[in-house]
Amino acid sequence: MANVVAADTPAALACSSYINSDLKAQRVRSAWIFLAPTLLILALVAAWPLGRTIYFSFTNASLNNLAEAQFIGAENYFSWITLKSGRTVYGGLLADPAWWNAVWNTLKFTLISVSSSTILGMGVALVLNSQFLGRGLVRAAVLVPWALPGVVSAKMWAWMFNDQFGLINDFLLHLGLTSHKIAWLANPDTIMPVILVIDVWRTTPFMALLVLAALQTVPHDIYESAKIDGVHSIKVFWRLTIPLIRPALTVAVIFRTLDALRIFDLVYVLTPSNAETVTMSVLTRQYLFDFDKFAYGCAASTVLFIILAGITVLYMWLGRVNLEGGER
Amino acid sequence: MAELQLRDVRKSFGTFEVIKGIDMEVKAGEFMVFVGPSGCGKSTLLRLIAGLEEITSGILTFDGQVVNHLVPSKRGIAMVFQSYALYPHMTVFENMSFGMRLAGADNKECKRRVRAAAELLQLTPYLERLPRQLSGGQRQRVAIGRAIVRDPKVFLFDEPLSNLDASLRVATRIEIAKLHRSMQGTTIIYVTHDQVEAMTLADRICVLRDGVVEQIGTPLELYERPNSVFVAGFIGSPKMNVLSGSFAQPYKAHTIGIRAENLQIVDQGGWAGSVVHSEMLGSDSYIYVDVGVGEPVIVRENGTSRHQPGEVVQISPDHSHVHRFDAAGRSIGRAEMSGAHHELQIIAKL
Amino acid sequence: MFVSAARRSAFYALVVVIIVASIFPLYYAVVTSFKSGSALFRVDYWPTEASLANYRAIFSGGNFGRNLGNSVLVASSVVGLSLLLALTAAYALGRVRFRGRSLLLLTILSVSMFPQIAVLAGLFELIRWAGVYNTPFALVLSYMIFTLPFTVWVLTAFMRDLPIEIEEAAIVDGASPWVIITRVFMPLMWPALVTTSLLAFIGAWNEFVFALTFTSADEQRTVPVAIALLSGAAEREIPWGSITAASVIVTIPLVALVLIFQRRIISGLTAGGVKG
Repeated sequence: MANVVAADTPAALACSSYINSDLKAQRVRSAWIFLAPTLLILALVAAWPLGRTIYFSFTNASLNNLAEAQFIGAENYFSWITLKSGRTVYGGLLADPAWWNAVWNTLKFTLISVSSSTILGMGVALVLNSQFLGRGLVRAAVLVPWALPGVVSAKMWAWMFNDQFGLINDFLLHLGLTSHKIAWLANPDTIMPVILVIDVWRTTPFMALLVLAALQTVPHDIYESAKIDGVHSIKVFWRLTIPLIRPALTVAVIFRTLDALRIFDLVYVLTPSNAETVTMSVLTRQYLFDFDKFAYGCAASTVLFIILAGITVLYMWLGRVNLEGGER
Repeated sequence: MAELQLRDVRKSFGTFEVIKGIDMEVKAGEFMVFVGPSGCGKSTLLRLIAGLEEITSGILTFDGQVVNHLVPSKRGIAMVFQSYALYPHMTVFENMSFGMRLAGADNKECKRRVRAAAELLQLTPYLERLPRQLSGGQRQRVAIGRAIVRDPKVFLFDEPLSNLDASLRVATRIEIAKLHRSMQGTTIIYVTHDQVEAMTLADRICVLRDGVVEQIGTPLELYERPNSVFVAGFIGSPKMNVLSGSFAQPYKAHTIGIRAENLQIVDQGGWAGSVVHSEMLGSDSYIYVDVGVGEPVIVRENGTSRHQPGEVVQISPDHSHVHRFDAAGRSIGRAEMSGAHHELQIIAKL
Repeated sequence: MFVSAARRSAFYALVVVIIVASIFPLYYAVVTSFKSGSALFRVDYWPTEASLANYRAIFSGGNFGRNLGNSVLVASSVVGLSLLLALTAAYALGRVRFRGRSLLLLTILSVSMFPQIAVLAGLFELIRWAGVYNTPFALVLSYMIFTLPFTVWVLTAFMRDLPIEIEEAAIVDGASPWVIITRVFMPLMWPALVTTSLLAFIGAWNEFVFALTFTSADEQRTVPVAIALLSGAAEREIPWGSITAASVIVTIPLVALVLIFQRRIISGLTAGGVKG
């Protein structure tokens, strides 16, 4: 256990600077042992599959024949053939109009959904920030849309938007706002707004809660001092509140944006094969499993990953300062 | 009990050296107090001895055995933390027996030792309570009890009284002193910034400053023979009066120091000054006199003082108790050790 | 704070709007689920009957009960596994100083931002190769990709804030890191443990993409997928009665959790957000 070294021997004095406390070494060793299972699992379910997906995107793999995939370079991404007639036909994901359509749909969707849920979320947060009777109940109510599975939300709203028996059509007809029943889910012009309504409905709670948490860190005296100065409440909001909650708001918007770009369940459940609404994730999955274009789908997956990774890295890089600040 | 030896112990955090080469011995069974201003490294030194921090270079031995590389639980130490560090979710009994249970001691032995310690500290009625149900003083005693149960070779105290209020501090101080006597000769190392605690508890005091040892000695030695201006000013309350210039010249020193109780207000002769403030504490009074050097000189008087602010008085020092320091702040002996004393006596008689 | 009665009533009107907007779809689904026969095809804003026909329908002949059991099994296992792994990882990341610590934490967190589709192909191959395709185990394992990072993040933040003296006292008492985690820290961390358990449970319960892709037999499915695939007896008939009944059943535990643990859930959601 202990080295019985006579303290005044030259040997002891000489190696004194190399005798470190076991405590630190023991702790660092334990730390790595404790991290190992987590890192292993994450490598297994995240790193490895991602690597495989990227690998497959450079092959001609098909679902039934994964083992015999052959390397074909970047053909899945972009290729061209010059026909005998002299015309060049472009192929590959990046030349695929269906893909770009999906990209465009996703971007449109993300922009509208994120901005809507942010604005509504802020409104809800401002309401919840005030003290009133039943505040706890309202908070719980607001959480419900967030807590439901996407599929269930989709079905519940689809039922309300049902063209024949749906409540929405009934309601609008009774109020005289429309003259006939609208086929919300079948009409290409209305289907996207429906999906947006559902997505905004279920993601506003998250935004509201994050903004609320940020609002609650703003000290009350600022508002009191502004009141004494007679500053108009709208100005208070723009000049005081918004700048103070901007960091948390930014974080919330980024999280929401990343989520919106990945959207799958709502679109899949409501409109499995509708060109107006197909998003990147839905299309990718179709390539992978439904259209027997597995390798092609892997290319699409990779592109989607790069887009999201790019945004994530940008955010991490910008927000690096915050994370280091709280270190032990 | 154990004897400790530190040989050229150094500690750096990165490039910043906090402990700058300390050599010292703590005798077996001794109550040693580390004292010094904040930032002097006294807590760091204690943690090096405990093994909670790594010694950068130098050797630490317990009873001749080098312990640099041993983890705290294997060094035979027990520590009482400033903030008590009790486990909030465990009862007093569980707190005190945790270490023993981890080492695999059987139930009976655990109970016996815990009860013995609880008896000693009057904690027996609280054994089943949680820390949050106890007062600050009780929690501190549980922390001490936890240390006792470990039956250590060396006891380490890290400013254990700073979180207690004044009256509790005095009471607990007495308890700790009694503990040392009853635990026949356990070696104790005690860190504090309060020199009153140091003076009252220590067998020997080690005054630290900026990571080096300024002086080690018994309380009385440090009080009567401080080897530097710093130690002289640090030990003793109120602070020793330190004067230089024309006050120090007659004593053939750059700076002199004289304690409040060695000054007298006389009718004539001595230094002239005006009273700026007086503090009456019942049994003593402290008179603050401005003699023209900025900081007032403090004079002690028995009982209630009759001196009013603004009054012009004469202060006379007891020459045999004047401490003399050179330009570097080092002691060059008391006035009685030089011929200066003799000369002054002649001057005084004239 | 309110200047006038008008302002006050406008405020409360807004509150009512918020509550209605949040709860109404669920309420309407409940109302619908209790209807039977042709009443389903009539729009009623208020409950008109309390028939259990739909509920009986989904449980009889079919796998819904089994699906519910699958969901419970998968979600609970995910919670247990995540907590176990994340607790130890959080200790390492939150309390031990070593090189590369913050980078590691960032990397772990970034995994939760992977699009599930990106790993779908690779995971599919892995799961088939391991022979766990079409079993709950495939789901438990793959759900780690989003529960682990989040749980590690929240528990690390919590562990960081525990006082150092208690850990040092435990070290002096001779506690190994494992003992410190289980007997000293864990009892002090129960709020964080409850929070992450809730969020992991809800996340696993609601998950769709992996559940859809990694199970093929009806009896192995979890409830979200089961509901998505509910089809009626006739060709183009959509069994709204059954769908709403199934939805209500699925949401009961969720709503209960939300009502009881509202504060915990909210603090968990905002832990990552506000602290950055």
